[in-house]
Amino acid sequence: MTAVRTHLLLCAGTGCVSCGAFAIREGLEAEVRRRGLEGEVRVVATGCNGFCERGPIVLVQPDGIFYQKLAPADIPELVEEHLVKGRPVRRLMYVPPEGQEPVPRMKDIEFFKHQRLVVLRNRGRIDPERIEEYIATEGYAGAAKALGEMTPEGIVTEISASGLRGRGGAGFPTGTKWAAARRAEGEPKYLVCNGDEGDPGAFMDRSVLEADPHAVIEGMVIGARAVGASLGFLYIRNEYPLAIERIGKALGQARDYGLLGQDILGTGFDFDLEVVRGAGAFVSGEETALLASIEGGRAYPRQRPPYPAQRGLWGKPTVINNVETWANVPSIIRRGAAWFAGLGTAGSKGTKVFSLVGKIANTGLVEVPMGISLREIVYAIGGGIPGGRDFKAVQIGGPSGGCIPKPLLDLPVDYESLKSAGSMMGSGGMIVMDEDTCMVDIALYFLRFAEEESCGKCSPCRVGTGEMARLLAKITAGQGEATDIVRLEDLAATVRQASLCGLGQTAPNPVLTTLRYFRDEYEAHVFDKRCPALVCKNLISFAIDPEKCVGCLLCKKACPAVASAGELKKVHVIDPAACIKFGICLGVCPARVRAVVKTTGEGR
Amino acid sequence: MRPSKSELESLTGKAKGQTRALIQVLQDVQDRFHWLPPEALEHVAGALGVPLVQVYGVATFYRSFSLEPRGRHICTVCLGTACHVRGGSAVLEQFERKLGIPAGATTPDGKYTLERVNCLGACALAPLAVVDGRYHSRMTEAKAEAVLAAIEKDEGA
Repeated sequence: MTAVRTHLLLCAGTGCVSCGAFAIREGLEAEVRRRGLEGEVRVVATGCNGFCERGPIVLVQPDGIFYQKLAPADIPELVEEHLVKGRPVRRLMYVPPEGQEPVPRMKDIEFFKHQRLVVLRNRGRIDPERIEEYIATEGYAGAAKALGEMTPEGIVTEISASGLRGRGGAGFPTGTKWAAARRAEGEPKYLVCNGDEGDPGAFMDRSVLEADPHAVIEGMVIGARAVGASLGFLYIRNEYPLAIERIGKALGQARDYGLLGQDILGTGFDFDLEVVRGAGAFVSGEETALLASIEGGRAYPRQRPPYPAQRGLWGKPTVINNVETWANVPSIIRRGAAWFAGLGTAGSKGTKVFSLVGKIANTGLVEVPMGISLREIVYAIGGGIPGGRDFKAVQIGGPSGGCIPKPLLDLPVDYESLKSAGSMMGSGGMIVMDEDTCMVDIALYFLRFAEEESCGKCSPCRVGTGEMARLLAKITAGQGEATDIVRLEDLAATVRQASLCGLGQTAPNPVLTTLRYFRDEYEAHVFDKRCPALVCKNLISFAIDPEKCVGCLLCKKACPAVASAGELKKVHVIDPAACIKFGICLGVCPARVRAVVKTTGEGR
Repeated sequence: MRPSKSELESLTGKAKGQTRALIQVLQDVQDRFHWLPPEALEHVAGALGVPLVQVYGVATFYRSFSLEPRGRHICTVCLGTACHVRGGSAVLEQFERKLGIPAGATTPDGKYTLERVNCLGACALAPLAVVDGRYHSRMTEAKAEAVLAAIEKDEGA
């Protein structure tokens, strides 16, 4: 490999690819060639950089200059100015929401500054499709140490001492799981990587698989040695085509290099991995359901115990860990348990990756030390709420988690604190909500999700989630009665206690947390027939302010419910009987006019 | 599209007699024909040695399988939480209105299938719609209309 003076690290994660990263790559390569710089400048497509809000992204190294929101038309200027003349292009740099001055260097941008990268240490840094680049950043050094210098018991002890807990949601200690599988009777033993990331609003595992697939493979090689497994499966959901492609390439390269397959690193140890594509069922993320799916059947969960570590795939001891958990393992072995245990809090060690999405200025993927406060994530890293709106809640843990309200913004983010607040770590989706989000509508959204995704095996979940969704729909439609809130609470308790698997047991959490922190919103819907966030269609109405309307006809063109009184230069009127509350009039009314108003609880 | 015997043979060839390959084989069939024709299910059952009832059980359990032919154009609207809070439902409603079908259905002329998905993991682009494999970010009702109009124009030309 020849040395070059400059690397252009182009983010090629799903977010950036969707907004045209590959066109930028072709443009950059063509421009570099045209200028005769191909001996000096190399374009590298990396995995997800994390700052998805600002894609397409290019980081120029070694200068550390961060360019964002690139369009093909920007490329000639960027190459001419920065690469030829050495003058970074200020107009393509990141400007913080509150500031005027661009921030040239990635390390100075608030979004990146507060993060601590362990799992994502290679993100935006290496080409995930080249094993050489992974090896160059100490990749497979952990595997070499584990296989060459450590006993299997020693590996398990090290992982236990590190305090690593499962990153898929429940937070079970990884070392304890491995030790149980190691002790369990039965041959062969299997490993499974759970990459069926089904929580809506979560994409951590996709990013890890896309940005650093070898970290997952290396983690599994180390785990295989520790528990004595010879075969493993990577179960990845079908909605992640790029992740499946990258992991497939990485497996091939690892085999070619003798890091996977027969006689790994010449130590006589054999272990291989297969990719299994998920087929679209949320319940497959539950570990026993996932095992049933690998066996080729319907993804039905089963009663535990026996746990998979005792009896898993085809009745044999099986260790199943989430993508992020596996990706933590190489660093722990390489740098030692004490280093890892030095990060985080007493009960939650290390870092956690979150996808920060929803009503937030800096949407993206962040990795932070355990114990950081929600406020720091939302405001310091996330840049707060856009559009001058006020923060209302953050939903953590997907359909199994809950909504954390504003007064708890200083809550430290770790397994125990989140649980005590009624939520859970979950896989790490963080959805920020502002004052325009209706919490009853959010509860309905999650219960409909749970009802639809319930596998149907046990009736508390199958019937209970549906019944809760029906009650919530009734409330949002303005037909709620006082007894409905009590019935919701009763049902939630039953579904939580009586469901077979984790999916059903946690499905009431969105309802319970919104009832706990936003009961006033439920009561406004039920008693006052109002939706304070102006979301629930049956409870809101649209009107045109005659003082402000300039009679421009834009709303009339967009919607037939703007009554025929609307003529050019004359005030328009909405016909309430014809209005379907679609809100298109609000969208087309020019910002300097703002004549359309949305109200709730009028005339009731 | 109806599958030929030889095509089915090639799709099931390397999985003969393997129960655990069932989902993967059905995915290959779905990728090839965009749905699971009944004769394909029967063939898969025979080739893998799995009872037909179990093949149907799996085929109806998972979302990515379709037991009906799908449209020539596939419109997928994401309703993950991030898309939901940024107005994804209004985008879906617009597609439903313009196409005259509910989510999950195919137009009677076989031209469009409208689907809803619970998260594509590209939340920065929310609300998101994927039409014929192309990602459309920050969707609005007006953009949805424009995307469909563009398809109609292409087909008309």
